[in-house]
Amino acid sequence: MDINEDPRYKLANKEAFYSLLLTLLYFFWWYGFAYGLGSKPVTSYSFIMGFPSWFFWSCIMGFVVFSFASWAMVKFFFKDIPLDSDGKGTVPEGEEG
Amino acid sequence: MNFQVAIPIVLYLAIVFYIGYLANRSIAKTKASFLNEYFIGNRSMGGFVLAMTLVATYVSASSFIGGPGMAYKVGLGWVLLAMVQVPTAYLTLGFLGKKFAIVARKINAITINDFLRVRYENAAVVVIASVSLLIFFTAAIVAQFIGGARLFEAIGVPYKVGLFIFALTVVFYTAIGGFRAVVLTDAFQGIVMVCGTFALLFGIIRAGGGMEAISARIMAQDPALLTPFGAGGFVTKPFILSFWILVCLGVIGLPHTAVRCMGYKDSRSMHRAIVIGTFVTGFLMLGMHLAGALGRGALPGIEVVDSVIPTLTIKILPPIFAGIFLAGPMASIMSTVDSQLLLASAAIINDLYVGYINPDAAHNDSKVRRISFIVTALIGVIVFLVALNPPSLIVWINLFAFGGLEAVFFWPIVMGLYWKRATASGALASMIVGVVFFILLSQYSSILHGVHPIVPTFVVTFVAFVIGSYMSRPSVDAVKKVWE
Repeated sequence: MDINEDPRYKLANKEAFYSLLLTLLYFFWWYGFAYGLGSKPVTSYSFIMGFPSWFFWSCIMGFVVFSFASWAMVKFFFKDIPLDSDGKGTVPEGEEG
Repeated sequence: MNFQVAIPIVLYLAIVFYIGYLANRSIAKTKASFLNEYFIGNRSMGGFVLAMTLVATYVSASSFIGGPGMAYKVGLGWVLLAMVQVPTAYLTLGFLGKKFAIVARKINAITINDFLRVRYENAAVVVIASVSLLIFFTAAIVAQFIGGARLFEAIGVPYKVGLFIFALTVVFYTAIGGFRAVVLTDAFQGIVMVCGTFALLFGIIRAGGGMEAISARIMAQDPALLTPFGAGGFVTKPFILSFWILVCLGVIGLPHTAVRCMGYKDSRSMHRAIVIGTFVTGFLMLGMHLAGALGRGALPGIEVVDSVIPTLTIKILPPIFAGIFLAGPMASIMSTVDSQLLLASAAIINDLYVGYINPDAAHNDSKVRRISFIVTALIGVIVFLVALNPPSLIVWINLFAFGGLEAVFFWPIVMGLYWKRATASGALASMIVGVVFFILLSQYSSILHGVHPIVPTFVVTFVAFVIGSYMSRPSVDAVKKVWE
């Protein structure tokens, strides 16, 4: 197909990819801590602030770290671009791709 | 009925009515076309409202009543399961992202079905999408109405009276205020949910004498409650991993959350919403489910899953906080119902009536306005009557509503947006195969060994989509409209 593609889509695709990537990273964090620390018998669990350590790292810190990560992703990787049809073709400042 | 509990709830209902009234006035003043204003709020959402409406629409009774009840029964393993949903805000907004917002503006789409109509140029795709949306949403709204009425029962209001107050409120503000009323009340309801969650979690930890004491008491009841596998090994790995598809990745395909991704003002709003939305989702999921799991250490012996949270609330919190808290789940239910109600109405008016039956009506604002108010209110009345005495068919359909919507909408939205070779035949194949396969498989889910039926459904619908697309000619015109 011969298509004169809207230049903003390149950036949009990249941001969609970053969002998927951050979801995958969260999965590894969530899974790694939960089953890495939580698969042994309960009697040998260590506790942090009253929570089993697997829970503290996987669920509590996972939430804190990835809330921050979502901020960092938006701040450092996402670009502010016009969304309206008349914004078509304007390459945003500082956007190389 | 306890009046101290009732005060915050009455206040909450009054504020919601007032917001509906304000939104109605802004409809009267708008310069945009009525459909654009009523169904997508003239794409004016800022970051905070976008975040809150996305989260509030997505978070329903199951996160405030059913889920925490399960966490009480099964333990921290169920909280782990709930935390699968932390990425939903950044995944949905980031993945559909700017592309969806840009496309929606290019083709002037105000619903998901508008997008499907332009992208696939096929009436069957839109009709199947609209009809399945109507069926699944109606069942889901009935189920949420019943949940709302049960909450009123918890504070001593009879079921039918509770149902009437609940239905009247949500149908009234949705019908008169449209999208703007829905998202503004969602923002308010999101704040109520956050306050309610904080109050309950704090109350339970205090009533239980601190985290260490609660953990020790839970350990004494059943150590498995503290493991990621849950009491009796209930939370198996295939089961919990399935939820990554059902409530994380699949959420991209829910029409009522996806439509929010085309209603925001500018890219800055979307950036802000990703941050706020992620934080609020994580806070609500962690807070509510943890409250359920820890509730067992503070107040053991509650048998019925759905009455765990109301019972904990009434017994543990001081009455005025209990009222604030009960407003929380009520807000979670209303904020889901309002969006579904409006989209059901949009499916009838915008997607079917204006889209195919009478396209000229789009230019006749006063006519569309009258029909829209009536249709929205009428759907509400029908759902109310059904909820008075719910037939078992509705309860049965509701079991498939969440997964069924994903089975229908996920690939047509995602592939339509990112794959130029996607065609109407692919979308049709995927939608039809999706619904049939998902419902059939749900009947025989024992053969799956704990894997949720949505997982094989996603694989099968993907294959159907790709084969269907390659067996038909590329849709050049539609692709140009969306990509150029």
